Amino acid sequence: MPKSRLFNLGFATKLNSKIVYSITFFISMLAGSVNAAEPKPWQMNFQPAATPVMEKITDFHNLLLIVEVAIVLLVLVLMVIIVVKFNVKTNPEPSKTTHHTALEVIWTIVPIVILMVFAVPSMKLLFFMDKAQNPEMTLKITGNQWYWSYQYPDHGGFSFDSNLIPEDELKAGQRRLLEVDNQVVLPVNTEIRLLMTSEDVLHNWAIPSFGVKMDTVPGRINETWVKVTKPGVYYGQCSELCGINHGFMPIAVKVVSKEAFKKWTVKAKKEFAQSDDIPVNVVQLNPITSANHR
Amino acid sequence: MSDSAPAHDHHDHRPTGWRRWVYSTNHKDIGTMYLVLAMVAAIIGSGASMAIRAELHQPGIQFFTDHQFYNVLVTAHGFIMVFFVVMPALIGGFGNWFIPLMIGTPDMAFPRMNNISFWLTAAGLILLIFAGLVDGGAGTGWTMYPPLSSADYHPGMAVDFGILALHLAGAASILGAINFITTIVNMRAHGMTFHRMPLFIWAMLLTAVLLLLAIPVLAGALTMMLTDRNFGTAFFSPAGGGDPILWQHLFWFFGHPEVYIMIIPAFGIVSEIVSTFSKKPIFGYLGMAYAMSAIGVVGFVVWAHHMYTAGFNVETRAYFTLATMVIAVPTGVKIFSWLATMWGGSIKFDTPMLYAMGFIFLFVVGGVTGVTLSNAGADMAFHDTYFVVAHFHYVLSISAVFAMYAGFYYWLGKMSGKRYPEWLGRLQFWVTFIGVNLLFFPQHFAGMAGMPRRIPDYPDAFAGWNMISSWGAYVSALGGILFFFMLYKTLASKETVEGNQWGSGATTLEWTVASPAPFHTHEETPTVKPEQKH
Repeated sequence: MPKSRLFNLGFATKLNSKIVYSITFFISMLAGSVNAAEPKPWQMNFQPAATPVMEKITDFHNLLLIVEVAIVLLVLVLMVIIVVKFNVKTNPEPSKTTHHTALEVIWTIVPIVILMVFAVPSMKLLFFMDKAQNPEMTLKITGNQWYWSYQYPDHGGFSFDSNLIPEDELKAGQRRLLEVDNQVVLPVNTEIRLLMTSEDVLHNWAIPSFGVKMDTVPGRINETWVKVTKPGVYYGQCSELCGINHGFMPIAVKVVSKEAFKKWTVKAKKEFAQSDDIPVNVVQLNPITSANHR
Repeated sequence: MSDSAPAHDHHDHRPTGWRRWVYSTNHKDIGTMYLVLAMVAAIIGSGASMAIRAELHQPGIQFFTDHQFYNVLVTAHGFIMVFFVVMPALIGGFGNWFIPLMIGTPDMAFPRMNNISFWLTAAGLILLIFAGLVDGGAGTGWTMYPPLSSADYHPGMAVDFGILALHLAGAASILGAINFITTIVNMRAHGMTFHRMPLFIWAMLLTAVLLLLAIPVLAGALTMMLTDRNFGTAFFSPAGGGDPILWQHLFWFFGHPEVYIMIIPAFGIVSEIVSTFSKKPIFGYLGMAYAMSAIGVVGFVVWAHHMYTAGFNVETRAYFTLATMVIAVPTGVKIFSWLATMWGGSIKFDTPMLYAMGFIFLFVVGGVTGVTLSNAGADMAFHDTYFVVAHFHYVLSISAVFAMYAGFYYWLGKMSGKRYPEWLGRLQFWVTFIGVNLLFFPQHFAGMAGMPRRIPDYPDAFAGWNMISSWGAYVSALGGILFFFMLYKTLASKETVEGNQWGSGATTLEWTVASPAPFHTHEETPTVKPEQKH
């Protein structure tokens, strides 16, 4: 984490984030507080990383950002020089140069070198984030129009649905459009395999602070993984257009200590005992596909 | 093909009234009709985007309690802008008007095919509007991903209308592409070898080739979806042994070249304008031409970077990451060549040049975010967020539209014979420039903070950037209104322009004919001298 903070405008470390907040209230969003797992007003950067994958994404993006801002500034400076020096008043006689082989070779080679510098960490990141090396448990995620279903196959196979809490039922302090009735509970510092599919249309299970975003596709099982390093509640939203209530099927993950998770599974097994089958759609738009799942 | 005209051609057959337009086989009239179609569609498409931005102005639902209607607006906005604004304006409009004028031929190779091509596009637009209005509308997004677009989840006729609209627009594009390729390959002026064609002609040729290769894939995919929806096939339905991801492959195999189909004509227009106003030939002409060709070729092997979250194996994503990054190299060559063309020039900053320079700078901004998004790893954080919306609006809504405005100001004198008010053009540029940047730059921040695309309401934290973005939309709309005001002032004015209104820098053949360009031009094939500008 400290390494990735280096680039977040440098000075916005945890220590002085309060001072920064009072000066420019949005720059402090770059530093973020430790348990923040939701978007903040006027936020300009990623949500703070809660998994090794997101930490690596943040670091990689910081590299990209610096080089890309430098390229944009270079073009801007060149254009300002052109406007000042080569307008019709200051330079009435246009030059006749139309070729310069060395220059053309340079502006072909330099971008290639820059891209190779990008490609190495890009590939490392990609292969690192692909699959869990030693998953300790599995969470099965099913997208539905318009809610999520979760199943814990390693803890007795209980499952439950997770629905948006509508605006008029929110309690004080709860976040509009992000809170759900049944949060997914996961243990901290545990390598967890996520398996995803869909009951109906495409959905996408995404948690920004985890660096996880995966389509749920009917007829396919997609795999990814998380290892959350800090307890807290993390929010995300469906990220693939899935129909009328696409904007209203959020994801909330509560990450707790391993002991608390164990206790919760015992409780949850009883609470959700009735629903160890994959929940069937409330609205059966397609009787054929629903029948296949039984 | 076009030898000296027979004597009876001196009193041309020149239809009048509605026949002149409906039956038109004249490349200039057809070009004008395409431009008018694009303007009509732009009003509809921008209307949809204004409605979207007004809805997103603040958290909560402002207008569209029916969220399906919001999705319909998003869908219609995308379809209309891509197929009925950018393509008709850049390809049908400027292509038809200026390919014959710039290569020195009297008309397109197949004038009657040109006519049917236009009217198919117009019919497509009407069907597309039906797609938004019947049976609750098509709320699938312009990507039309199944199963959402299947008969189970969009049971009405709306999606079918959309499919047929795209079929018509696609057929029109294929016919247009054949026409363009034939014309450019066979009907150039004496001495205009491939390596002496203006870059706009290079751009149109490459665009036509891309269209010819990409659109049939879309047509095939659309037909499969049509039979899935209506005749019991299951290409995209897992319940019947199909796969929704197949659609994504087919769609993006068309869809990625499609984005180059929209931007390569813009490259061509900007190249002409930069050269004209710098009073210099294009720097590194061959590099520019072959950079565009390279972008076209590579554009066909990068499609799956639109599908990084679909669940591919890691090797596939690695390949598409590396292939996509390669596109930055020829694009960089173009940017630097434009800068080098301006370097040492004697530049007059009239409206077309302002738009061309705006294009170059903002295309760089949209280009570097493209490099960010090309990385499958980093894309996990950006995919389907407003960062992507910001990226592709920087390269399309800003860059392609800037090129449309630039080309329009550049050639308005040639098309109408009238001089646009320069002050009004510059004012229109600055209003639009400020508007679009206010509109799209904050979306980078909202996207990084995690705001997903295509949602009618958002968590309260995203309110700030969305409010600024909406204000930017209203300013951009003001720019659009100023454009139509400028157009009215120009057409109503009495101030005419000479054949070459831009002076010594304008060396392409369209400036050798009178303004407005006569009904028939280049009746005798001109000869291009070797030293004449590329």
